[in-house]
Amino acid sequence: MTARVDRAARRRLLAAGGAIVVSFPLRAAPLARTSAASAPVAQLPGSLKSEPFIDGWIRIDALGGITVFTGKAELGQGIKTALIQVAAEQLLVDPRRVAIVAADTERTPDEGYTAGSHSMQDSGTAIRLAAAQTRAILASRAAMRFGVGVEDVLLRDGVASAGVHRAGYGELVTGEVLHVRARADAPLRDPRSHFVSGKAWSRIDIPAKVSGAAAYVQDLRLEGMVHGRVLRPAGPNATLGSFDASAIAALPGVLKVVQDGRFVGVVAQREWQAVVAWRRMTQIARWDETPSLPLPGTLYRSLREAPSEDSVIAERGTPPLDATTSISAAYRRPYQAHASIGPSCAVARVAGNTCTVWSHTQGVFPLRKAIAELLRLPAEQVRCIHVEGSGCYGHNGADDVAADAALLARAWPGRPVRVQWMREDEHAWEPYGPPMIAELRATLDASGAIVDWAHDVWSNPHSTRPGGAGDLLAGTLVADAFVPTLPKPLPQPEGGGDRNAIPLYAFPSLRITHHFLPRMPLRTSALRSLGAYHNVFAIESFMDELARAGKVDPIDFRLRHMRDPRAQAVIGLAAERFGWTAWRPRAGRGRGFAFARYKNLAAYAAIAMEVEVRRDSGAVRVVRAVAATDSGEIVNPDGIRNQIEGGIVQATSWTLFEAVAFDATRVTSRDWGGYPILRFPQAPGSIDVHLVDRPGEPFLGTGEAAQGPAAAAIANGVADAVGVRLRDIPFTPARVREALAA
Amino acid sequence: MTALAFDVNGRTQSVDVDPATPLLYVLRDDLRLNGAKFGCGLGQCGACTVIVDHGAVLSCITPVSLVVGRRVRTVEGLGRADRPGPVQQAFIDEQAAQCGYCIAGMVMRAQALLERTPNPTDDEIRREMAINLCRCGTHLRILRAVRRAASLLAASVRSSAP
Amino acid sequence: MSSAAPRRGPAPWLRASRVLVVLVALALGALALAWRPVIDPVDPPAASAFAPELVRRGAQLAGVGNCAACHTRPEGPSLAGGVALSTPFGVVYGTNITPEPETGIGRWSEAAFVRAMRRGVDREGRHLYPAFPYDHFVRTADEDLHALYAYLMTRDAVRAPAPENRLLFPLGFRPLIAGWKLLFLDTEPLAPNPRSSAEWNRGAYLVQSLGHCSSCHSPREVLGNEDRVRYLDGGDAEGWTVPALNVKSPSPLPWNVEQLVSYLRTGIARDHAIAGGPMQGVVAGLATASAADVLAIAVYIDSTLGSPTPSRQDLAKASRARASQPTLPPAVGPGDATLALGSNVYAHACAACHDAGRGPSSSSALQLPLAVAVHDPDPRSLIRIVLGGIRPIDANAGRWMPAFGDALTDEQLVALLAYLRRAAAGAPPWPDVAARVREVRTEPPA
Repeated sequence: MTARVDRAARRRLLAAGGAIVVSFPLRAAPLARTSAASAPVAQLPGSLKSEPFIDGWIRIDALGGITVFTGKAELGQGIKTALIQVAAEQLLVDPRRVAIVAADTERTPDEGYTAGSHSMQDSGTAIRLAAAQTRAILASRAAMRFGVGVEDVLLRDGVASAGVHRAGYGELVTGEVLHVRARADAPLRDPRSHFVSGKAWSRIDIPAKVSGAAAYVQDLRLEGMVHGRVLRPAGPNATLGSFDASAIAALPGVLKVVQDGRFVGVVAQREWQAVVAWRRMTQIARWDETPSLPLPGTLYRSLREAPSEDSVIAERGTPPLDATTSISAAYRRPYQAHASIGPSCAVARVAGNTCTVWSHTQGVFPLRKAIAELLRLPAEQVRCIHVEGSGCYGHNGADDVAADAALLARAWPGRPVRVQWMREDEHAWEPYGPPMIAELRATLDASGAIVDWAHDVWSNPHSTRPGGAGDLLAGTLVADAFVPTLPKPLPQPEGGGDRNAIPLYAFPSLRITHHFLPRMPLRTSALRSLGAYHNVFAIESFMDELARAGKVDPIDFRLRHMRDPRAQAVIGLAAERFGWTAWRPRAGRGRGFAFARYKNLAAYAAIAMEVEVRRDSGAVRVVRAVAATDSGEIVNPDGIRNQIEGGIVQATSWTLFEAVAFDATRVTSRDWGGYPILRFPQAPGSIDVHLVDRPGEPFLGTGEAAQGPAAAAIANGVADAVGVRLRDIPFTPARVREALAA
Repeated sequence: MTALAFDVNGRTQSVDVDPATPLLYVLRDDLRLNGAKFGCGLGQCGACTVIVDHGAVLSCITPVSLVVGRRVRTVEGLGRADRPGPVQQAFIDEQAAQCGYCIAGMVMRAQALLERTPNPTDDEIRREMAINLCRCGTHLRILRAVRRAASLLAASVRSSAP
Repeated sequence: MSSAAPRRGPAPWLRASRVLVVLVALALGALALAWRPVIDPVDPPAASAFAPELVRRGAQLAGVGNCAACHTRPEGPSLAGGVALSTPFGVVYGTNITPEPETGIGRWSEAAFVRAMRRGVDREGRHLYPAFPYDHFVRTADEDLHALYAYLMTRDAVRAPAPENRLLFPLGFRPLIAGWKLLFLDTEPLAPNPRSSAEWNRGAYLVQSLGHCSSCHSPREVLGNEDRVRYLDGGDAEGWTVPALNVKSPSPLPWNVEQLVSYLRTGIARDHAIAGGPMQGVVAGLATASAADVLAIAVYIDSTLGSPTPSRQDLAKASRARASQPTLPPAVGPGDATLALGSNVYAHACAACHDAGRGPSSSSALQLPLAVAVHDPDPRSLIRIVLGGIRPIDANAGRWMPAFGDALTDEQLVALLAYLRRAAAGAPPWPDVAARVREVRTEPPA
């Protein structure tokens, strides 16, 4: 939602906002309007609220080396590059001179979790102001030293000069000079003279990653490091029946076998030795399994029958009594996995009463607290350092493997212990995107307009991040087990299972109900876009069904009910660039359209697709996708395109292929063979992204805007191609064939 | 254990390890090369792709004993961050990476493909690269990078021709 | 010498011309025999002319017949032809059997379709090469052909002319096929066996007609015809060794009906290797066939496999014993150096998965003493499996064996094969494995 600010503040906001580059949009933050002299901490924007001192964010050493500190984690979204640009811009240095320290409980501010769309708002804002104030301090100290007016000081690339006087930045700010409070009105540079911020800057990490530089937590090699693996139970309710630890301890290179309740692990000298031990452990352990999972084919029934906490999240109008047509439909989605390419990994070292953990967690401070509880140590004695992992797309196994490493490190103190989850561990034990059911019902009047709309959504929790030790898998496996935090629904307007359940369309009467299902037979948590993927899939499929029932063009039908002009604009742009009205049907091909505004307050995305359905095999293919997005003022067009392309491809994979497989006692999809995802031959033929630029408007989060519309566009395209309506994700070839035969 | 010797990126390496150790762990842990990555250990995702002799090979399922006396190439052998080889340059030009974890494997698979088929069709590229998974959805950029690499490689062959 | 006038037979030119006349008469007679009339074209029937239930039934039968194997190019439009079939006589291309009027069969009446299926003659009277297995389809029942016609005529029409066949001279001359048919096309209808169950009879019918299983599972003679005497003795398909389905079955363990049904529908059965190569396409087709028909096929094949002979029982016992060991035994015996190398290759590259026995993840794979490929009479299938791996088709979920083609040198592969033959199969060595490996490695890509 846009903040209400007056013109002057808006200009300041623009000056602030226009500067930030990157894949990460900046949400409008209300600006402090008090005078500089009395800027209370409470009114500092972004993460300055929790770390108000400049030197929490910027340090300059004696030689002039500049280091930026952020509590946010690099997830592969380019945040480090972006923050460096922000700082370099305000400090008037080449970005290559700026180093960045990210997410380390000992060195950086506490900025909670790195969850996509908030990073620039929280961290970028803080760093920008801190860097701007640092520049002001540098200028005034140089002026004092040179005996000139501040306006005569020229700052450039690490050096302050005035006439013949010169001094490096490192000579000007020493000791405690930067230990001052930030100011909300620090003088930001005029955006018109920006030399790096707002420019498309190539990502700094790509050259290193294509040439094999150490970049990931998996690449860490610490002095004396040894290797661990964990043996997970056969299923969520399995108990250890028999396990001959001595057989494993006798294997070459094994240093220690750890067994604490259902937590079983091994520490070995070399990595391959740990893998061999892991294999052997898997073979010899006997687990007693208790059925606890829904039987095949009963998943959705079990969701509807599970205890639920119901809340009406939106309600207006009253349903008309003289409605002509009432249509309803149910849409369903199974457990789906993050399935990160690099299984989760962590390194931990316990020495004396301290523990250091290197992890790709999305929140080093919450993880620290949880691990401290797990090890029964004070939090100050635990240090969590973020190191990049492979794409996580939400809450994957990162925190859990950190806990595994901490426990194994405690069993082998004094040496860093590296624990790498195996592929099977990640597939079977990561927290999944939860299964969801959306039941929609609409009433149309005689003219075919929607006059009443109801949406009921059932979902498990979309966030079970630590929290406490009970939210770490190992915490629930040790003999003296910890209790998981009681899951609670994420509140609107963001929401969890109910994210995007409220349609943006102007229906005179509607009722949206969230049925929160806290009991999780399989653990679930945040997967990119949370409930928005399924709710938008449902809403946009349903809109299409209603349009078809009334024999109205699906785009006209949507526009008929849409008042938001920016939504109308992207809908129109996508339709036009796709060539919607010029479309000619072809055997086996169909066109599908969908639209959503992420969370009803972030980016707008409209997607038109041409899909092909093979009737013989049931295979569905996206021939081409055309997207139009409105992310407010565009900061980095390439960044937005990347997010939308990636989001469309990933959602195509979820929608066509993905479902976690399980039987009564355990997850059975344990590798890529058992959980196939999209590969190159199934990638869309082409994706074109058209951006609506709105200079002056606040920046809107785009990273999760494409998933829901992509799913619905595919479903609508299939309906257009072969006349079958698919409501159960994924649309596997077998399901499509069944639907065609029916 | 006897020492096992093989060529890595033009230099002979000799390691004293269990001969059943997958090449992936030898490259990473003994030779400290980061390019080849652990993605699955099952030969299903391609993150560990290297080139042995002339073919792209999944190093996670290739025991080091099989490559004794043979020629292994990793991304580190194709170029450096400040001096990338043609395929690496193409990936940088197309900014064909999001988290980047799969990219070294993609580069090696592309290199092997282009050495064998200098001018592949789009279908050939998709089929050949199919074994390599990307979870971030960077596929279309990677395909563009491979196409670009084909022309960069052809140009470098032309420019080095007598 | 008598002074009688010399006998004069016909003049040389007359003799020659008589021979010529006889030859021409014979040729004309042969051509007359070979000649088939044109069946008049029809307007392409509307899809709505066919009852949906009939079309569904036809789809199921097409699954049994696996039309797609020869009529759908990989990733190509369904049933539009263009698939190259390598035969000893050259390359024949599967034709376009979509209902497209010019390049497909859109103008074929049902009678024309039936004649093609039963007599191998197209609508215009041309003989079709028996790469199209009408020697099997001849036995297809009327109602099944009726359903298949409905199915084909309701597919998407695709304009796609078939490429020209490339056959050895003079086989491009189609009337010659008439001679082949005279010798090998048995038009006798199948008689059900009154002493067998209806299910068995249905299976026998399906296997011998639409299923055309013996097209791959029987050997062929020099003229390309199936060897009827050695029915289901095993054969070849696309460079793969196809196992026997009778008493000569190389399968280390016996099959039962339940396992056969599972294998035919899903490509996998307990204690048996997964389907690879061309069989994957067969399984994909059978996945769309009716469950009752697949069961019938399984019942019939179960009977052709027969109760295991004493030697097969011994093999089963020995295979189970080998499979229950923690790993395969080290190599001893003649050819030690090769076997020792093979033993190492197995221990380092294969054992991690294949010692474990089949578990939920692909990293626990079937013990090799139970894999039919090591028991086959020749190593071609095993070579292809090791070089190319086996992975699920069409992005389905399934088990995954990676390809080792580029990881192994020929020397390592040959050694591995020799070792597996001995240690996993306990069978006499295959002759000339190195040559088989070279053949597979150097064949042109499909």
